[in-house]
Amino acid sequence: MAEIERDPVTDRETTGHEWNGIKELDTPVPRGVLMFLIVTHIWAIAWWFLVPAWPLGTTYTRGLLGVDQRTTVEAQVAEGQQQRSAWTTKLETEPYDEILADESLMRTVRDTGRQLFGDNCAACHGRDGKGSKNYPDLTDDDWLWGGGPEMIEQTMRVGINTAHPESRIGQMPAFGRDDMLDRDQVRNVAAYVYSLSHSDYSTADNIDRIDAGREVFLTTCAACHGEDGAGNREVGAPNLTDGHWLYGGDLDTIIATVHGGRQGHMPTWEKRLSNADIRTLALYVHDLGTEQP
Amino acid sequence: MIAKLTSSERQNALVLAVIVALAGAAMAILGRSDVLGVHGLIVMIFAGVVIYLIMASFYEPEPTEDREASYYDDPIKAGIVLAMVWAVFGMFMGVWVAAQLAWPDLAFDGAWSSFGRLRPTHTTGVIFGFGGNALIATSFHVVQRTSRARLAGQVSPWFVLLGFNLFCVLAVSGYLLGVTQSKEYAEAEWYADLWLVIVWVTYFILYIATIARRKEPHIYVANWYFMAFILVVAILHIVNNLALPVSWGHAKSYTIWPGVQDAMVQWWYGHNAVAFFLTAGFLGMLYYYLPVRAQRPIFSYRLSILSFWGITFFYMWAGSHHLHYTALPHWVQTLGMTFSVMLLVPSWASAGNALLTLNGAWHRVRDDATLRFMMAAAVFYGLSTFEGSFMAIRPVNALSHYTDWTVGHVHAGALGWVALITFGSLYTLVPVLWKRERMYSAALIEVHFWLAIAGTLIYVFAMWNSGIIQGLMWRTYTEEGALAYSFVDSLVAMYPYYIARAFGGLLFLIGAVVACYNIWMTVRAVPAAAPRATDIPATTVAVPGE
Repeated sequence: MAEIERDPVTDRETTGHEWNGIKELDTPVPRGVLMFLIVTHIWAIAWWFLVPAWPLGTTYTRGLLGVDQRTTVEAQVAEGQQQRSAWTTKLETEPYDEILADESLMRTVRDTGRQLFGDNCAACHGRDGKGSKNYPDLTDDDWLWGGGPEMIEQTMRVGINTAHPESRIGQMPAFGRDDMLDRDQVRNVAAYVYSLSHSDYSTADNIDRIDAGREVFLTTCAACHGEDGAGNREVGAPNLTDGHWLYGGDLDTIIATVHGGRQGHMPTWEKRLSNADIRTLALYVHDLGTEQP
Repeated sequence: MIAKLTSSERQNALVLAVIVALAGAAMAILGRSDVLGVHGLIVMIFAGVVIYLIMASFYEPEPTEDREASYYDDPIKAGIVLAMVWAVFGMFMGVWVAAQLAWPDLAFDGAWSSFGRLRPTHTTGVIFGFGGNALIATSFHVVQRTSRARLAGQVSPWFVLLGFNLFCVLAVSGYLLGVTQSKEYAEAEWYADLWLVIVWVTYFILYIATIARRKEPHIYVANWYFMAFILVVAILHIVNNLALPVSWGHAKSYTIWPGVQDAMVQWWYGHNAVAFFLTAGFLGMLYYYLPVRAQRPIFSYRLSILSFWGITFFYMWAGSHHLHYTALPHWVQTLGMTFSVMLLVPSWASAGNALLTLNGAWHRVRDDATLRFMMAAAVFYGLSTFEGSFMAIRPVNALSHYTDWTVGHVHAGALGWVALITFGSLYTLVPVLWKRERMYSAALIEVHFWLAIAGTLIYVFAMWNSGIIQGLMWRTYTEEGALAYSFVDSLVAMYPYYIARAFGGLLFLIGAVVACYNIWMTVRAVPAAAPRATDIPATTVAVPGE
């Protein structure tokens, strides 16, 4: 227990309390602190009068300004839609040919499409649309279902292998696993398919397997991929001759593909994006493919 | 730890440990292959170790000296060691998750090592593991010294300390196993929460009983803050964690709070966890160790009163500022915002009171890194409370919310304020507790200080930049009225800042490791100090003087 004493540094008296050597000065609360306290309180009380603030049973004080976050955001959304309608209406109503010819509208498509693509498509197809293993490159000329805006729009709307009633169905059967082809047939047909894009593979060592594989191909694969292996966009069957590979074009991967099949998946966007957004993206993706060399 | 207990206290401790082991067995049986069963095993192992420790010394001679003539320091020592272990664990996890944001491959394709599971191990590890143990240890120290009385229990301090750490172990291991309530800073599931209620109420009773037997006529400010911390955290924890388990044999539970009320309760909890765990508790630390180290009286008792009641009253209202522009009614947001702004004055009054206490001791701040830790903590406290009130203003929040700015703000508080005040306090406390002349190396404290300051500044500046860029990118529109950037664009822009943040955190972690070494060597290699005659409880109640 200490007596009240005077602190030589500040010339203030202590309170006379002491705890294990700790003392306290009896300094009054600085005037600035009190002023600051008053200012923040006045500001807060003023704010309570202006905007919704205090509950009153089942309702609340509405505030003199009459603002409410819900009506504010509704007005902002309406204003935004109004601003966008100048070009969204055109996008929704005009045929693709006319839009493609309209250079200023296509600039808008490239601007807004880039953001839409980044938020919705980039997770699989990459920010630049170049895809990656198992996800198609959208910037080249190789299309499974067609690269015109109408085709892309349809693919986006219904998706591939989805629950949508009109879904595009792209099924590569599991020829090996489901016993449609035996082990040798799978290996031979894979060798043949590999040779379609690798002419140097047709050496004397391999020619027997390739020939045997051609037989299998014509009876089993040609229905979808065509006799020349150039694919068929009606059923989403890829061109096997061009060196573009979705799941990988090395011999082992082709064997795995023939053995186990492939059922790629593209979601349906019909209920997740607005009509204008889908059409913007269809044009944007189409444009990705045509613009680049 | 056992030798200082009487045989009946040893029996009580043993009974408690056996009850906990049986509870663990019940969890293991009911939970079977569920995570609850795994946690039952962990509880049994934990209790088994405690039972072993008790039995190993069970028949040793009882203490002969008068225990009331000395302070009860053993649980405090254990608390400091545990706090440092959790500091290294929690900060390492922080550096890891920070690095994962820059280099996602560092998750190594593991479920347990994915960002979503590791992140709460970081927050729980540093807030509860490091901060909580440091608070328990320092509060036990401060309440005894400022009351001039020994702790009111012999077994209960150990129960509080070990029980709290069992909670932390259950929480952190649960996250790794994929169990979470999905409530930020309250992720632990119902059985761990129930256990923490028991532990925390014991803490409260122990603390208030110790204050009740104080030999000083007045209760020191630090104890007001520690009491507020213990009491309010109990209330917050119980209300926010009210939940129904899907069955007694299952770790999963559902909160009783529906919809937006759940969000409001969660952020009433979340913000007051910041207020009463990370602010009030650590202000208790500051109010004791800063004047002791500076050898100066507190600048103003009156200012202490104003800031204490201001902080306890205003913080309670501020939580809704976490839910601006959400489904929460506008009027609740207004209240949260206005009370957050009013809160600034008592917050700054605390920081100012601490800094003005240093008047007459600034030469010590210059020479003594330990005191400088506490000075810097008070400065960061002032900075981050200003920032917090500012960010609570709705239009500001419209920019800052959901961005890294929030993360930067939290770390300005957590690193700059909470961790710095803790390290300053521990460097003051360790030589006293272990009765050493000084810390092992003043130079290493200096190194730690600059590592911690550099780490904090790099971290906070990286997140300010990152957060504001992010916020602006999300709200930039093109002339056509469409968004200018995709979310991925903003992530690409964050990349350099995420690397800088991980580096800042790494510096901070290295500082904590240096602190561990310094504390270890202090205990092992520094010569014992001459006994301090004053560091004993008072035998008579002091009478108020004139």
